[in-house]
Amino acid sequence: MLNFMDTVEEAVAGIQDGSTVMIGGFGNAGQPFELIDALMDCGAKELTVVNNNAGQGDQGLALLIKEGRVRKMICSFPRQSDSWHFDAKYKAGEIELELVPQGNLAERIRAAGAGIGGFFTPTGYGTILAEGKETRIIDGRGQVFETPIHADVALIKALKADGKGNLVYRKTARNFGPIMAAAAKHTVVQVSEIVPVGGLDPENVVTPGIYVNSIVKVA
Amino acid sequence: MTVETSLQTAEKPLGRDELARLVARDIKPGSFVNLGIGQPTLVSNYLQPEQDITLHTENGMLGMGPEATGDQIDGDLINAGKIPVTELPGASYFHHADSFAMMRGGHLDICVLGAFQVSAAGDLANWHTGAPDAIPAVGGAMDLATGAKDVFVMMTLLTREGASKLVDTCTYPLTGVGCVTRVYTDMAVFLTGPNGVQVRETFGCTFEELQALVPVPLMPVAPEAAPAVEP
Repeated sequence: MLNFMDTVEEAVAGIQDGSTVMIGGFGNAGQPFELIDALMDCGAKELTVVNNNAGQGDQGLALLIKEGRVRKMICSFPRQSDSWHFDAKYKAGEIELELVPQGNLAERIRAAGAGIGGFFTPTGYGTILAEGKETRIIDGRGQVFETPIHADVALIKALKADGKGNLVYRKTARNFGPIMAAAAKHTVVQVSEIVPVGGLDPENVVTPGIYVNSIVKVA
Repeated sequence: MTVETSLQTAEKPLGRDELARLVARDIKPGSFVNLGIGQPTLVSNYLQPEQDITLHTENGMLGMGPEATGDQIDGDLINAGKIPVTELPGASYFHHADSFAMMRGGHLDICVLGAFQVSAAGDLANWHTGAPDAIPAVGGAMDLATGAKDVFVMMTLLTREGASKLVDTCTYPLTGVGCVTRVYTDMAVFLTGPNGVQVRETFGCTFEELQALVPVPLMPVAPEAAPAVEP
């Protein structure tokens, strides 16, 4: 069921304590700042957040972490020059980290959306990030078994949606949007523009509306 | 002249830019290439238009152009180091799973990475110092190391303390096993693989002087892999 919401608050209202929330974006590109701010205001806590990073500076995901709303981060690259809020929580032992190689993160999210129960990959074989995981030699290469990452909710940003929920993105802001939209039970999208049905060329749709539940226009 | 001393192609060790120029020269025309964050990024300054190299950035683009300046800066168009960049004619965008699938599926010809250590067998350590209080961050390093057809490393040969970073066995946590094919350093270019470590050329030292610095057995390169032209 597709709903067009008037406000970001309305769009995130169903997110409950303890939810797993995928948040799109690589760095600030594609990060749905307005939806994250609304998630902050709605008060949900004990969240598991899936994102490539663990927040930059003093905005978006970084603030959610600072306010203690995030119990666990699943990400590939938490440590950055401006990740001070995550760094402080991590060093204080107040946040759990599941560190995942970036391609495994993307593929595990994709696997969830595609109904795949897991996959073997050479990435990480023989490293500490594969410790405790099932391994196999396939075609002469050591490979590690990785499982899908599902989510209750995905918060993503796209450029435009049409009346059917089809999405197009802009440049490298696309990043995790399409795979997170498919991996979550409920996908909330903030867009810059909503066009009527027929307003997007079907040949150019990146995320078909079947993966989308709520759309809100953000100025 | 002995075989060994003939490997020396520069009187002094190479600077960062000279090394980047050498790596750029060695990339075959038409290649799809991913340049890691830091020193490897310098390579893009020396790629020639006639080489027709397509740069990949793992956050979702082929056909990446130079760093953006002034009015070109667009927050939606960044590279893996989160630096604003430009797009070249013929560029394409794709989502993260596709971007890593083209890497993991062996479609990229070369990736160039920095390193803390490389072992004689081509093991790579470049993501974690192993310090107990360090916050680990891996990004795409493990995918690049295992996915690209060729993995080139750029690094100084010695640490600040004078220890060789080309080692018998890595002491830092591994990024990938047996994945590195070439190591470009300020003092020599090494070819790594199942046949041991071969030295292609040396800079500012002889083969014997190099061997004295490096704790793994070195061999002069087989003639077919020797440098084609002077740098």
